[in-house]
Amino acid sequence: MIGSPDVVALTKDDDFGDSYQDPCLLPEEFSVPLFPHATNANPWTKTSYAKFSKDFILISEFSEQVGPQPLLTIPDDPKVCGTFDLNYFSLRIMSVDYQASFVGHPPGSSYPKLNFVEDSKVVLGDSKEGAFAYVHHLTLYDLEARGFVRPFCMAYISADERKIMQQFQQLSSGFSKASECLKSGNRKAFANELEKKLKDLEYTRSVLHKETEMQKINTGCYSTQVIEKANELANVEKSIYEHRDLLRQITSYPNKKGRDAHINDHDHVQIEPEKPIDSNMLDNTTLTSNHSSNGRDKSSTDTDTSPQKPSSYTPQLIKAKSAKCFDKRLKTLEELCDSAFFHQTLDQLNVIEKMFRGDLCFIYTSQIDRGLSIKQKITSFLFEEERDWEEEGGGSRNLYEANHTTRIAPPLISQISTLSGEPMSLDSYVTCVEIGHNKLEIESLEGPPESSTSDITQETSEDAVDTETKGSFSSDRSIEALGNVSPANPDGFGRRSTNEACTVTSSEEQEVTSYSGAPERDADMSTADVFEADNLVQIDTACCMGQDGFIYEEPLPEPLQPCCDDTVVKQEPLSLLHRDPPLQVDYVFGESSQTVVGTSVGLMLPELNINALSDDMVRMNVEDASDTTSYMSMSTSSDRAASPFTYGIPITVKQKKKAGHSALRFIRQYPFAQQAIYCLLSGRTLVVLGSEEGTVRKLVNALLIFVPNIGKYGETVQPWLSSSFQLTDLQRWKLIGLQRVASPAGSSMLHSLSRYSRYIGILDCDNKTLRCPPYKGTLINQMADHRTQIKRGSTYYLHVQSMLTQLTAKAFLYTFCHHVHLPITADDRGSVTSRRTNFLLQLGYTEEESKIIQFLSELVKHHFLQGPLKGLGQALFSYSYSTSYLYKI
Amino acid sequence: MLRWILGGRGPQGAVEKSAALCIGEEQPKNCFTELQVLKGHFDIVRFLVQIDDFRFASAGDDGMVLVWNVQTGERLVELRGHTQQITAMISYTFIKGGKAHTALLTASSDRTLSLWDPDTGNRVQTVSDLQSSVKCLLVLNSVDLWLSGGNELCVWNRDFQLQCKSVHHRDTGISAMVELPKNCIAAAMDKEIVIFKLSLSDPEMSVFATRHLADHQDTIRTLISINDSLFASGSHNGELILWDALDWTIQAYELILWEEAPGDGQSEIRMGQQKQTEMSIQHLTSDGELVVAAVGSGLYVYNAVMKMVVAYRKIAHDSDVLHTMLLDNGLVMSCSEDGSVRIWELQDLPLAAEPASSGFFGMFGTFGRSGKQAAGAPVKKLLDVPGLRSLELIGDLIGHSGAVQMFLSFGERALVTCSADHLLIVWKDGERESQLRSLALFEKLEEMQGL
Repeated sequence: MIGSPDVVALTKDDDFGDSYQDPCLLPEEFSVPLFPHATNANPWTKTSYAKFSKDFILISEFSEQVGPQPLLTIPDDPKVCGTFDLNYFSLRIMSVDYQASFVGHPPGSSYPKLNFVEDSKVVLGDSKEGAFAYVHHLTLYDLEARGFVRPFCMAYISADERKIMQQFQQLSSGFSKASECLKSGNRKAFANELEKKLKDLEYTRSVLHKETEMQKINTGCYSTQVIEKANELANVEKSIYEHRDLLRQITSYPNKKGRDAHINDHDHVQIEPEKPIDSNMLDNTTLTSNHSSNGRDKSSTDTDTSPQKPSSYTPQLIKAKSAKCFDKRLKTLEELCDSAFFHQTLDQLNVIEKMFRGDLCFIYTSQIDRGLSIKQKITSFLFEEERDWEEEGGGSRNLYEANHTTRIAPPLISQISTLSGEPMSLDSYVTCVEIGHNKLEIESLEGPPESSTSDITQETSEDAVDTETKGSFSSDRSIEALGNVSPANPDGFGRRSTNEACTVTSSEEQEVTSYSGAPERDADMSTADVFEADNLVQIDTACCMGQDGFIYEEPLPEPLQPCCDDTVVKQEPLSLLHRDPPLQVDYVFGESSQTVVGTSVGLMLPELNINALSDDMVRMNVEDASDTTSYMSMSTSSDRAASPFTYGIPITVKQKKKAGHSALRFIRQYPFAQQAIYCLLSGRTLVVLGSEEGTVRKLVNALLIFVPNIGKYGETVQPWLSSSFQLTDLQRWKLIGLQRVASPAGSSMLHSLSRYSRYIGILDCDNKTLRCPPYKGTLINQMADHRTQIKRGSTYYLHVQSMLTQLTAKAFLYTFCHHVHLPITADDRGSVTSRRTNFLLQLGYTEEESKIIQFLSELVKHHFLQGPLKGLGQALFSYSYSTSYLYKI
Repeated sequence: MLRWILGGRGPQGAVEKSAALCIGEEQPKNCFTELQVLKGHFDIVRFLVQIDDFRFASAGDDGMVLVWNVQTGERLVELRGHTQQITAMISYTFIKGGKAHTALLTASSDRTLSLWDPDTGNRVQTVSDLQSSVKCLLVLNSVDLWLSGGNELCVWNRDFQLQCKSVHHRDTGISAMVELPKNCIAAAMDKEIVIFKLSLSDPEMSVFATRHLADHQDTIRTLISINDSLFASGSHNGELILWDALDWTIQAYELILWEEAPGDGQSEIRMGQQKQTEMSIQHLTSDGELVVAAVGSGLYVYNAVMKMVVAYRKIAHDSDVLHTMLLDNGLVMSCSEDGSVRIWELQDLPLAAEPASSGFFGMFGTFGRSGKQAAGAPVKKLLDVPGLRSLELIGDLIGHSGAVQMFLSFGERALVTCSADHLLIVWKDGERESQLRSLALFEKLEEMQGL
């Protein structure tokens, strides 16, 4: 497999570690290599001696016409590669003796045979260039290519050799998935191409046949012309058989391989009739390369499908003369693979790129972190970010977003290209993204309320300082800090905005060309609706009603309406309803590819190690973007104060860190903060009552970090409620922001407040009072000391987090100590109770603190016995009878 | 507190709205510290029937019967079939195939009677097109028959075959029935109690009225059996009559008039003319010795053996008491239209020298100091009644937002309440549940062989 003369392990000519002689002779594993390039400000960056600034993915092809050539890089930014010679490196990676699949006439078989070969994976190093690469070779089928195959490779190029070597498995599995996707698309496109070629050939045959007959009649049997024609006919016949056989081989691929179920989808796809998306694609080729004479054997690109008549394919006469090899234009990768699949692959590669972004030790740390937190599933749900979704199928945000894109963008893009008649390129795609991106930036900048704004600025300045010292990390960090403001990486971020932007563009185009209405209403709902509905799909019904008192039974598409008013989408999404037929088919196709992503995503995730930081960033960006979208859909109210929650969007560490800042302010402002925190920690619902939405939301935001088991999407928090609540709401929500209404409607709310006063603590932010049971102890004092020296929100968050982790550990200990809970005799309730109490006393907890531990312990038990999120309605609601006091400032 | 929420800065507590009693939030004797809300009904839930140790059925005005698991709160079966509200529901245990089998009998305003299998949810038997809707049901386990009481009394066997029925009396049908010895049945019809005799010896089974007891002055609201020799009835104007179960003679007659409370004729208690409903006996319950009567919004405990009042409290709730229960541990529980359930303890009165707790005559207490019983209530001179005890509020359960119609106790495991707000709430002892969960946790740990 490894055929490179320059395999990494063997080439280490300038290992900087060796250049330094350690006088103390520390064991090698402890030795810290000195950084040789003193000029560079960042000692951690490994890329300083490489010619590129950060890791990237390169896709190259060994073209039969021009040899190895680079096709594209991810990220698609010339700055990334810098002065690095992509051509040279392509040559290097493609020069590996890759055993391509043999296609041709194997001995003993009269027809060409397709080999379905495994990809090969190689690690290459070029120590002079300072580049190391994981190289993934694959072949794609192309009817026009020599031997029907075209060798490609995808390479992950890094300056850090160890990163490549040690992350080999992860890289390999990631790239395999991407390659699989590419190949699936390729098989589909190949099959389509074959079908077309077959039609051409059959048409040619019938024409030739007719001509032969004519000539026979005219000139007699044995004229040279007739013989020539007969030979030609025979050749065509043979060609038809060959192509049929090829078609059979390619369509039978999944059965042969017995691969994952999702490939069967492609199988269906292949058998389906011509897809307009292909015709669009091919149309592009037609525009550029519709030569009259094409090779008889190796070319069939000359198709005559026009966008106006996409469904019917007019067969072409195939000329006997074979074209010169260099005359023809080879298909691009995108044409080879069917653009939907191609973009899907690009998305996957983008995810991979993000995943391995940053220093190796960082990737390591996050891998270890993940590995450890998987082991802590029993308690991690309490205060830590919910990570299950990363592992559990289809849930990943990144890929979920990718799904959106692949699902919606391709039809739209094809739409654009159809309408404008221009070949679609990645550029147009990117510009779309950028447009949408910028617009959304503005949106999201307008959004946050005063507190968050200050938060942002602080974070920004902190990170700006970091930026200067962080080298390769810097761009990431600044992105993180600035949210959407980052100008770079349009490909990676703001996927949702892609949809948006494309929507805009296409609908505008739509207006120009003004297609008359097509009957497929529901298919067309897709664009507008898909991300809407999709967005809502994962939302708990409980959450749906959340924002501004949406009602349970609210039909899902409903919230779409307000979307038109205050979004970047200037065109009504409904205008998309008028669309030409192709879209429907497109959409259907998108659907099928979507399912593919879903499954492949599920498979991919467990093996891949997601870089937590970059992951967060991606998510955050995605959130910010989607935040806006969901605002459009969810919020009917004019108040757009950014809440930390957007339903359906997971709460992230990032948000919690921001919340840390508000929390810090809260504990400084309110002397009774401890009591409020005690309420939350002991499982007593805290109602934040106020007449001003902004203030209430801010307080809810601040207290958010203290809510145990907040849920993936913050299900247990209701940031703003303007109607009265029921007992069941108290069961569900542990932190409620409640609007104080002066009207009679408010009285029922106040009634419920007084009625259920034994179950709740009430924080009145207008009068600055708190009514809740007393807390006497030191534990929360440490957590919420209003004279704290901590200045920064994120620091405070970490401080709180460490305290909460201690609590969690104690709760775990308490829950899983046999001798505390198991009765000695059959009826031994009393002694168990006293043992429990004593155990907690021995741990050093006061009576009130014991309640916290007990509550956490109950949550742990519940989680352990019933699993997460299951039976939220059947959640236990326990409380205690204790007198409340009123605290004032 | 209400005023405080409304924005007032005044001291909290004294503004508690005219509650009859306020125990406050500190309730150390109240063991119900965990609750579970069961949703499923669409209208007032009126009936709860226990099926076995862990299952119960609920029924109400939406015509649905739901079977629940009290431990998990899971809804097991939905019994749908009645088109109108359910007027009576009873469990019916019979021996089938060698083992006891419990089914549910329901009667509805749509004039049907149905027998349901709570295991499968099947409607096993049904009778429709009755002449009148059935208001009460009674199962005679000894003879394996059951009775339905509407405008007439019908006797049915297990297979839903009508055995016999009484002659039609009048428009006011039978509102309550109890079984008496010697195959007799007492049925309350408006102001009188009719004793029916069921003759099984004849070739044709027959039922006929043998006696009319017309001693009540007003409509009889409730009729219960106390023990083998006594049964009791309570009427709308506050008459509580204890009857001999064998010869149907009056054993005791109590007219509960709060202003002339037994043993106390003090004029200061007089509060003027009371409305009828304030002394209407809505519900009676008995453990064989003590009888608890829900009188208006008050409670009245009577010892049926000693024929004397044990304890009473005129205002136990803010509104009419709908259901009462005597718990095994000597506690009395009551629920009311005000949406609360209260738990009372029968306590011996303190010595005369000490100021009596205000609990005795609630109306004199000044209520509302949150968390505390008012201490300065006037001392009552009621201690001359020997053996008189007081009903002390030891806890209340707040959760329903509508009238609590009735409750069902599963002993120490749980208490189920049903209410006009369409909800059922299962109240549990949090400490016990927590221990049970711990046990379950260690069981699962064992199954999993460690974490």
